[in-house]
Amino acid sequence: MSPEPADRQEYNITAYTENQVGLLNRIAIIFSRRKINIESLNVSPSEIEGIHRFNIVIVETEEVVEKLAKQIEKQVEVLKVYFNTNADVIWQEMALYKVPTDVIAEKVLVERLLRENGARAVVIRKDYTVFETTGHREETDNLIRALQPYGLIEFVRSARIAIIKASDGFHRKLQEFERREPSEEVAENEFLNDREQVFTM
Amino acid sequence: MMGAVATLQALVAEGVDTIFGYPGGAIIPIYDALYDFKDSLNHVLVRHEQGGIHAAQGYARSSGRVGVALATSGPGATNLVTGLADALIDSTPLVCITGQVFAHLLGTDAFQETDIINITTPVTKWNYQVTRAEEIPEALAKAFYIARSGRPGPVLVDITKNAQMQTFEAPAYAPCTHIRSYRPAPMVRKEYIAQAAALINSAKRPFILWGQGVVLGRAEREFREFVEKSGIPAAWTILGVGALATGHPLNVGMLGMHGNYGPNVLTNECDVLIAIGMRFDDRVTGRLDKYAKQAQVVHLDIDPTEIDKNVKTTVPVWGDCKETLPLLTALVERREHTAWLARFNDYAAQEVDAVIREELFPASEELTMGEVMQQLNEITGGEAVIVSDVGQHQMVACRYARQNQSRSHVTSGGLGTMGFALPAAIGAKFGAPHRPVVAVIGDGGFQMTIQELGTIMQTGVDVKIIILNNQFLGMVRQWQELFHQRRYSFVDIQSPDFVAVAAGYRIAGQRVGDRAELRPALEKMLAHPGSFLLEVMVTKENNIFPMVPQGCSVAEIRLR
Ligand SMILES: Cc1ncc(C[n+]2csc(CCOP(=O)(O)OP(=O)(O)O)c2C)c(N)n1
Repeated sequence: MSPEPADRQEYNITAYTENQVGLLNRIAIIFSRRKINIESLNVSPSEIEGIHRFNIVIVETEEVVEKLAKQIEKQVEVLKVYFNTNADVIWQEMALYKVPTDVIAEKVLVERLLRENGARAVVIRKDYTVFETTGHREETDNLIRALQPYGLIEFVRSARIAIIKASDGFHRKLQEFERREPSEEVAENEFLNDREQVFTM
Repeated sequence: MMGAVATLQALVAEGVDTIFGYPGGAIIPIYDALYDFKDSLNHVLVRHEQGGIHAAQGYARSSGRVGVALATSGPGATNLVTGLADALIDSTPLVCITGQVFAHLLGTDAFQETDIINITTPVTKWNYQVTRAEEIPEALAKAFYIARSGRPGPVLVDITKNAQMQTFEAPAYAPCTHIRSYRPAPMVRKEYIAQAAALINSAKRPFILWGQGVVLGRAEREFREFVEKSGIPAAWTILGVGALATGHPLNVGMLGMHGNYGPNVLTNECDVLIAIGMRFDDRVTGRLDKYAKQAQVVHLDIDPTEIDKNVKTTVPVWGDCKETLPLLTALVERREHTAWLARFNDYAAQEVDAVIREELFPASEELTMGEVMQQLNEITGGEAVIVSDVGQHQMVACRYARQNQSRSHVTSGGLGTMGFALPAAIGAKFGAPHRPVVAVIGDGGFQMTIQELGTIMQTGVDVKIIILNNQFLGMVRQWQELFHQRRYSFVDIQSPDFVAVAAGYRIAGQRVGDRAELRPALEKMLAHPGSFLLEVMVTKENNIFPMVPQGCSVAEIRLR
């Protein structure tokens, strides 16, 4: 094994794409083909209707990330790809913790701990309670460690979402694209993305 | 209108005249409709879907148009995979249409169902599954646009059987000219053109490497003007061959593992390297960390992912070279690099002495592959379309074939697919019906798609086939000889009586093993009306030199 290059670090790749069946796979194989592990992946609608936003986190060198970004952008249904270090983005992950309710109720310590970690109860039932925290990895990790002795039943963390500090959204960029190569008279295929009624299993 | 009819109407509207295919259950509705399209669509029934897609590739490469292949679902569709991979790496525009099970059966492991969209995702530029007839016209319009625009490539449209059979109100066919998320060619940046020109004008030993981008951009004329004005020696990658005639005084030969001596050695001596429509494949660069380290690099390419991918550029010139080359030519000074060009010619003379003379005019009794190409050159005068398979004969064909014009050599460059040549030659003839097409194939590769002799028989297509039979999987044997202590592990391959096999398909043929027979046989083959198979028995253990051994620098190219 070659030693880890010192300049490998977390990068946040942001891709704006059409909302298209199969695109996730096309993007994922760009990483798997190069044997690069995706640390975190989130796909959701963006601020523009019909355009999706991928947030992908990987640990790599800038050179590799730049090449990956170009390869992703090369896909027909991808509009634009950005990549940023953690310093250039504001990022959050959400975590849910399920703990036995009786322990929480009895142990004052636990209550303090939850408050210190900014945890919020999402569901309180007789048998268990679910808390939520949001933050960076270390923050959400801290609470797991703290809750472990009190019978943490289940834990889940979301993919990372990130907002680029220096960007002013995608609206303008999209307008710029369309100014350069307008699509006025060309009707986008209204059927291509409309797939309900197909699966009648 | 039925979906199947709409499919064929789309093909006609896109200007398709020939399609290569093989029917099956999931594509029967399209075949049924094809019955009524006999006047406008020539369907070639191949003997295997791999043959169909290679034929479509040959058609696309010789004609510059989009090749079309048709296959049924499941096994028919999976048989296309090799050709898709080949077309993707060689940037060949293809539209493949596959049948698929009924939409309501998708994902149920239905009979002949395979998830062809996911199987082909890594080997297509784009693919799409149609599940309703209404989608067909626009999906196909998109498919053709994507296949042929920007850096071309293969696309696959999978159409479920219900969509083929459904009737719908079909609007007039509208070709696609824009996709919001797709930018086929990057914007040309004038400042980079100026920087590139300044760098070129300051160079003492500039060197041009060109690839298929010149051909795909139909920029042969623009390219020649650039070369001639700048006076810079130019060498080609295997897929760039012919964009500048092989006889042109500034054409200094082929690059890469089995390329010419001078271009390889001098890559590591030039001061400015101008790469045009080529992608620095490892077969071209050899060891990257010892590749042209002294040179400043100007890279012209339509595909931004190619820039800085393997070799760091000093000046990137994004864009279609049809557009960027004239801008560059306008800014470069008219020069002659006489002394520098003479160095290429010195190396060329050394190569003639060490390798080429013996290859083309052997003193030994046995026939060489090189002399077959030499004789062929003399007879055809460089006007034939050569289609080569993969192996030693391919390197010989590429090194020695004389090519006066572009689109004259069809070969599997990036994937190195054995079995490519016979079907590709069939397609190449349909794509360039007025040119002689000569396939040059090894005894190994020929047996991989030998069944396409049936396609030749049935269509009567005129393809001349030369089998260079060294009774070995020659290229592998060469590696075993050079790098594995002559341990010839499973490379000695037996062949049938090829001439008799051809005769079984009603194809004329001849076998030669003596020098005296070679020339008359080649003449007879070329004069023969219709296809002809010529088997030439050549030296069994001949090696292709020069050679840049794997893991070596291009400057370490060996003459023997
Ligand atoms: C489909 C496929 N399988 C295996 C190979 C590996 N391979 C490259 S060259 C070669 C030998 C080719 O032998 P032949 O067709 O007889 O041509 P020759 O090298 O003797 O001219 C082989 C097996 C390949 N390129 N393609």
